[in-house]
Amino acid sequence: MIVFLVKRLANAALVMLAVALMAFLIFRFVGDPVQLMVNEQTTQAEKDALREGLGLNDPVAVQFLRFVGNAVQGDFGVSYRNQQEVMSLIAERLPATIELVLLATIISLVVGVPLGVITAIHRGTWYSEGLQFLSIIGVSLPSFVIGILLILVFSVMLNVSPAFGRGEVVSIGWWTTGLLTPSGRAALILPSVALSLYQITLVMRLVRAEMMEVLRSDFIKFARARGVPRWRVYYVHALRNCLMPVVTMTAMNIGSLIAFALITETVFQWPGMGMLFIQAVTFVDIPVMAAYLCIVSFIFVALNTLVDITYALIDPRLRTARG
Amino acid sequence: MTAQPTLEIRNLSVKFPGRHGTVTALDDVSLTIQPGEILGVVGESGAGKSMTGLAVLRLLEPPGHISGGEVLLNGHRIDNLPEHEMEKIRGREIGAIFQDPLTSLNPLFSVGRQLVETIRLHSPMSKAAARLRAVELLAEVGIPAPAERVDHFPHQFSGGMRQRVVIALALAARPKLVIADEPTTALDVSIQAQITALLRRLCKDNGTAVMLVTHDMGVIAETADRVAVMYAGRLVEIGPVADVVARPSHPYTRGLMGSIPTLGARVPRLQQIDGAMPRLDAIPPGCAFNPRCPLVHDRCRSERPNLRAAASGLAACWLAAASEEKAA
Repeated sequence: MIVFLVKRLANAALVMLAVALMAFLIFRFVGDPVQLMVNEQTTQAEKDALREGLGLNDPVAVQFLRFVGNAVQGDFGVSYRNQQEVMSLIAERLPATIELVLLATIISLVVGVPLGVITAIHRGTWYSEGLQFLSIIGVSLPSFVIGILLILVFSVMLNVSPAFGRGEVVSIGWWTTGLLTPSGRAALILPSVALSLYQITLVMRLVRAEMMEVLRSDFIKFARARGVPRWRVYYVHALRNCLMPVVTMTAMNIGSLIAFALITETVFQWPGMGMLFIQAVTFVDIPVMAAYLCIVSFIFVALNTLVDITYALIDPRLRTARG
Repeated sequence: MTAQPTLEIRNLSVKFPGRHGTVTALDDVSLTIQPGEILGVVGESGAGKSMTGLAVLRLLEPPGHISGGEVLLNGHRIDNLPEHEMEKIRGREIGAIFQDPLTSLNPLFSVGRQLVETIRLHSPMSKAAARLRAVELLAEVGIPAPAERVDHFPHQFSGGMRQRVVIALALAARPKLVIADEPTTALDVSIQAQITALLRRLCKDNGTAVMLVTHDMGVIAETADRVAVMYAGRLVEIGPVADVVARPSHPYTRGLMGSIPTLGARVPRLQQIDGAMPRLDAIPPGCAFNPRCPLVHDRCRSERPNLRAAASGLAACWLAAASEEKAA
């Protein structure tokens, strides 16, 4: 298990290094950073001093090492646009996105897994087929349409929920949370539902497909033959055997949700990382973009590693096989 | 034979409605098994051997269903019980062992957990007590170091050991009837003998009746008390194993016996039955075996023979009684 862990972590570190190289190359070669930072009145001497000060005259390898060293300490430089530390900009926005994504993930699991099991067990019935049909709609509707529809119904017509923003937030250290105030919680509902709808249908279809596969296996027949009641066969024996791909997909999707929550964030004016990134793109704010790339990749890699470790926890065969 | 049979199947039929018409997988099958008796059921693939077992357990894959006849366990009908009543009978009254021990166990739970689950389903007791019982059961089926092995997962056992675990699970509640569906087919030959011997010993010790489904006549000859031969969803011959092996009455049984290799006897070539069993949706009229039968005559092609007294017990062949008379 320990060898397995070390291997996985080394793997993850390697991937991160590759990502850092890419982020560094963007930083270094998309335009001249000095040109981007100064205005027309700056003299050549001042430019040279700035260049020297930024260490841009050092060999590329040294610069890369410095970039990685700084990145590890959470230092991604200064935003071109508002001269703020990039890291503090991101730290400000990260909690909003994470709360949104986690809630959306929880909703998608809590709703999607039982729906998948039900549609697998009762296949052929009208409600199972109906859910299947609805799930196709869920998969095909783009999230901004869902977001706009939700705003239209719940904020404009029924007026039960705020249409944009995060509501009141409470700070706990550097983390700001909307979960502790009524307006924060109310503001969280619509965006996370909008974000989770697609996930629900994915989870449901995946669980359904896996369940139908597992229910055909011999150990299910044998479990019934030794008298295990039907619900227990479904929810204990079969479901656990379906969890592996669900865990994989959910964790992978947390990564993509964070990276692509920007559509939902834009629709709901949610002050998260996605909005930050959109603004950075508009202003060619390269340090922010590089940092965003690194952080989102880090989340992806961290989740992947966690998934592998969770595998070992769910499936005893992997514990010894690759230990 | 006056005692109450553990299992009595009366005129059982199983049908599978399908897109191209309904297939009759079991046709008018009747048999009994006495307490402590081992009934071997043989036949080719698709003859209905496993189907009979699954029908008794009521685990037929839909749309397959029992379309006629009765199944009695200790004199009580079980073919018409609702599902929740049936759940209490499975495992408690009827144990089952399936062909492939590699896939019969849930790979994600330790064997102990699966044993404890089964034990507690059928007799309420604490987890600790059930665990002790699980270790006892593992010891009973000949698993070395059971106290340690109980926490191991299925993948940590060999095929033979896994089938022992499956037997322990099937016998956990001391059922009165065990349906063993090809219990040794997936195992090495050397292990096969051990497993059949184990099954036989445990059932004889507990007075459990066994329906041993297999296509291996060798296993039947060694293990069973009586044998039922099936062909195309019908029972063609049933009788005490020694008689059926020595004096098979049905030409199909004779063919089966001829295809067993024997040590010592110098046979130039094993006998084989020409042709293949008809598809279940294209069973010929009359005797289902008539296109392959070396002794076929006109009556076989038009009239279906029912089971009747023959040299070996009962046989469904027009010639069976006649050959009996000739022999006498």
